Parts: sequence; structure tokens; C-alpha cells
Amino acid sequence: MSSSSPADPRKTIVVHPLVVRLTHWINAFALGCMVASGWQIYNASPLLPFTFPAWATLGGWLGGGIAWHLAAMWLLVANALIYFAYGLFGRHFRRTLLPITPGGVWRDLRLALSFKLQHELGVYNAVQRLLYLVSLLLGVLAVLSGLALWKPVQLQVLDDLVGGYPVVRWIHFGAMAGLVGFFVIHIALVILVPRTLPSMITGRGRPHDVTVSES
Amino acid sequence: MRKPPEISNRSRRMLLRSGLSLGALTMLTGCNLDDGDAVDRVLWAMSRFNDRIQGLLFSRTTLAPVYAASKLTTPFPFNAYYPMDNVPEIDVDNWKLEVSGLVSDKTAWTLSRLRALPQESQITRLICVEGWSAIGQWRGVPMRTFLQHIGADTTAKYVGFKCADKYFSSMDMQTALHPQTILALDTGPANEPLPPQYGYPLRIRVPTKLGFKNPKHIAAIYVTNKYPGGYWEDQGYNWFSGS
Repeated sequence: MSSSSPADPRKTIVVHPLVVRLTHWINAFALGCMVASGWQIYNASPLLPFTFPAWATLGGWLGGGIAWHLAAMWLLVANALIYFAYGLFGRHFRRTLLPITPGGVWRDLRLALSFKLQHELGVYNAVQRLLYLVSLLLGVLAVLSGLALWKPVQLQVLDDLVGGYPVVRWIHFGAMAGLVGFFVIHIALVILVPRTLPSMITGRGRPHDVTVSES
Repeated sequence: MRKPPEISNRSRRMLLRSGLSLGALTMLTGCNLDDGDAVDRVLWAMSRFNDRIQGLLFSRTTLAPVYAASKLTTPFPFNAYYPMDNVPEIDVDNWKLEVSGLVSDKTAWTLSRLRALPQESQITRLICVEGWSAIGQWRGVPMRTFLQHIGADTTAKYVGFKCADKYFSSMDMQTALHPQTILALDTGPANEPLPPQYGYPLRIRVPTKLGFKNPKHIAAIYVTNKYPGGYWEDQGYNWFSGS
């Protein structure tokens, strides 16, 4: 992120640029709306022998759930386009997410599981990099499969790619499940290393306030 | 969902039935119903925006996928806003299809006159707004052909439908003129006259829209520039609901 100046341990550094923080929280809101309204829609015709509890759904009924889903999708996609443009052209992805090597992931995973991995604000360890990359890919999958469900005639090329509309429903559900799984891990790690939360709001943190932690 | 009486009595087309404003978000933020009205308005505005986007995405030459007879879903699922017991009984001897609005010939149509028009058959997937889908076969008069016969003003915006079961719906003219949009008279593997629960004697089959845009038991068709809405559309389902 910033140039590592080891001089003053009280000095704060920029951990997350403003674009990343803004798109992170807008994404959190939009994705929350998408998941909760998506569960409302799922409940109208469940794929698996369970439904989501009403308190966890958004919209009140199927029509409301769809209205939320098809409104929040614009916020989700517009925000994601800004984030991806910044990540690709602002070199944010290359700087923070790469490289990801199997060796690095294996090493950091073992350290993390034995609670020996040091967390340094502003630097993603190999396990984080992999998780973030997978969550980004799941997001892309969720949007593409969502488009294929919304427009199975106009965008039938997307449906044909994977074997038709009924298959796409499962893929869309799977992408949601993966994103919710990421969310659970993400929140668990924030609880384990709580000082990562303020830096996602203010953008700043102390680089040398290093503690032994899981992430 | 509880509602103060003055709000439930207020006649507003803005209200999305009981609940648009009352989901988990409302509980989280502790919004009351008045704040919910603002949310309602935003959701309705977004739904109208989505209508326009879908109109732009729609292509009259892009056909819905068609399937082999071996892929037919049997039995085909029944779906309506009422249970099967309430399927209307149609007295076919007195049945007539009324035609009104921006058309030059408002003569009502008998079943035999409709059957005398050219018929087309299709095996397509019906996708329900609930998410499930089923592949069925339908045969009938292309809507395009019918609109020509009644001298419809095809520059008008909407084609509306009124049904014998009090259902009503409507579609954009572009979709009405799509080659796969038909006035279906027959269905099933053998293309037999529509059984009562599938819309006897006449239903709209439009494979480029969700199932609820395929009204059954059609009693009247009209062409108009005034937004006609629909049974579910007025309660909050997206109007265009194109596939």
C-alpha cells in the first residue's frame, strides 16, 4: 500500500484507498439486498427441501423480493464495475492480490490454522488473496448466471453454455452459497482481528501494530 | 404485516401489496411505514426503468429455444391465482372473443373463425415467475396474423387481455408481433384443444415472457396506448417480465 517507513510506530498508513472502502461498503449493502431478496424468490419454488426463514428475507412476498432483486442488481453491478476498473487499471489487483502461489497458500494456511500467522495491516497474506480472488470470481459467476436467468431468451447463449435454464438456477444458487460462505469466513476473521474493521472505514491503521492472529 | 388504517385505506397504485417496504431491511433500520412509502416509490421507479431496459434488449427476431417432443414435461404443471377447483367453466356455444380499442374491425370472433386462420405449433419452455419451468407444446394463431386480421394499429403501445376468470394482463406491441407469440387453441403432446385448467378455449402463449404474462380463458383483446397493467403487475410484478 504505502512505502514501508519503519521509523515511527505511532504513524498511521493508508491501508485501504477511498475507492476500495466506498465500493466495499456499497457492495456489502447491495449484496445483502441481493441475497435476502434472492432467498425470498427461492422460497417461492425451492430447489432443495428447505426454505429460508422469513426474517432473513427481503420484500415481504415474491413480487417484493423480485422488485428488490431487480433494483439492487443495478447498484451491485455499477459498483462492481467501478471496483473492477480501479482494480485492473489502478493496479490495485496486481499490487494486493498477486502473486498467488500454491506454495504460499499452503504455507500461510498452515500458519493460520495454528494461529501463528502474523497479520500486517495493508498486506494480504496468501490465504486472504486466494479467498478474495475466489469471492470476486463467485461474484462474476453470480452476475452472469443471474443475467442468464433474467434473460433466458435474449441471452440464451449464456444458458446454452451450461445446459439450459434449469441448470443455471443451480449455478446461481451455488454462487450465492459460495458468497455467503465467504461472508461467514470474512466476518469470523474480522472478529478474530477486530482492528481490521476501523481501517476499512477510516482507511488508516498502524503498520507495526502487529499481533499474532489467524489472518 | 400491520398497517395503520389510514394507509391501507389510501388508494394508491404505489403500494406493492403488503410487503415491499417491510422486509428484513425495514426491521433492521426500524423504518416505519411512511419511510417504507419512499422505498416503495424507488422500487416502482426501478421496475419502470427495468421495463424500458427490457424493451431495448428485446429483439423481434431472437427466437425462444424450441425443443424436441421427447422433452415435453408431463403432466404439465397447473398454475393460477386460484386452486384447480375454481377453473372457470366456459360455455363454448356462447363464447366469443371480443375485440376493441385501436382496431378497424371490432367484430367478435367465434372459435371456428379462429380455427380457420393459419395455425402454428411450438414446443417451448414456460418459465414461471416463481422460478420453476416446464416444456410444453402449443398450437394456435400467431398474434401477428390475428392483429392483421382485425386491422390493429401496430404502432400502438400495448395489447391488453381480459379473461373469463377475472384475470387480466397486457404486453408491449413489439412482443405481440414476435413470431412465437400465439393465440393458443391446442396443447399437449397430441395438440388437442386446451383442457379447462390450461385455459380453454383460448390462451396467450408468449415464450419470450414469464408464465404470468400468458393469460388463459381469453375473453377480450384490445389495442391501446394507455398502460393497461395486469392482475399481478398492479400488485408489483414487473410489467415487461421478458425472458
